[in-house]
Amino acid sequence: MRSRWVLFVPLAIMGLLFGAFVYRLVTPNDTLIRSQWIDKPMPLFDLPPATAGIEGLKSSQLADGRPRLVNVFASWCIPCRAEAPQLEALKAAGVPIDGIAIRDRPEDVAAFLRENGNPFDRIGADMQSSVQIALGSSGVPETFLIDGKGIIREQIQGVILAENVPEIVARLEAMK
Amino acid sequence: MSARLLWLLAVLFAFPAMAQDRLPPAPYAYQQLADPAQEAQAKALMETLRCLVCQGQSIADSDAPLAGDMRHEVRSKIAAGESPDAIRTWLIARYGNWVSYDPPFDAATALLWLGPLLFLALGGWLAFGRFRRGTDEEGGEA
Repeated sequence: MRSRWVLFVPLAIMGLLFGAFVYRLVTPNDTLIRSQWIDKPMPLFDLPPATAGIEGLKSSQLADGRPRLVNVFASWCIPCRAEAPQLEALKAAGVPIDGIAIRDRPEDVAAFLRENGNPFDRIGADMQSSVQIALGSSGVPETFLIDGKGIIREQIQGVILAENVPEIVARLEAMK
Repeated sequence: MSARLLWLLAVLFAFPAMAQDRLPPAPYAYQQLADPAQEAQAKALMETLRCLVCQGQSIADSDAPLAGDMRHEVRSKIAAGESPDAIRTWLIARYGNWVSYDPPFDAATALLWLGPLLFLALGGWLAFGRFRRGTDEEGGEA
């Protein structure tokens, strides 16, 4: 009488498959590629200024004892505009912020800062995304939390929201 | 409400590496290396590295600016004498195994590599059972 329940095996397999498909439809795959370069020292770089009047960015400047943010952005990146007020709020809270401008032109960066404000102490021009790749960053905007010794502690992918600001301030404070 | 709107914006535009930046492609994005042997090495490597933007494509196939910059990175490193394996390792240290189309053999991929062998063994076992039953029945009739 084994054959009786064996008849239901294909139905059970179909049911499992159906369940798996429904699950993936309801909870889409996470397509974020997170950087594995975390808890590691900032890769060595020396980027020229991204626009006139603002210093460029060297990796050696990121280990001055003050925890800080490095914001990977671009003037052509629309969500970076949405993020600007949050960066201003972080700056107002006393957080040092440096920028890395990806594939950008000096005049475009200048216009971006004119329109959205400038929260950056320094902005390096990463014309061929080489520092972005060395950071394991896969898009803009992304923000890296750097401790006072120049070690990357955390990566934030996508736009920093207003409700994230206090938490970021607290995390940097904890690194002091 | 504004937070929700921002989330929507973030989801829609979070990784717009295909948004229009206005810089020309990096020198080695679309230009081959002068040395054919080095170019062949670079090409073979680029075909097994995954584009971070167009996630189903290799960086050799993708026209995303970040893929172009990765090709520039790969060709520059090959031209500087680095081995393809070293470059792959360098990228995996940054993006994880995800970036490579040549998955290593480890706990996470064991089933992937051994799966075909398992199925072959299962098929062999089933076939063996079938054949034996067949001969048994023939034997019974005889």
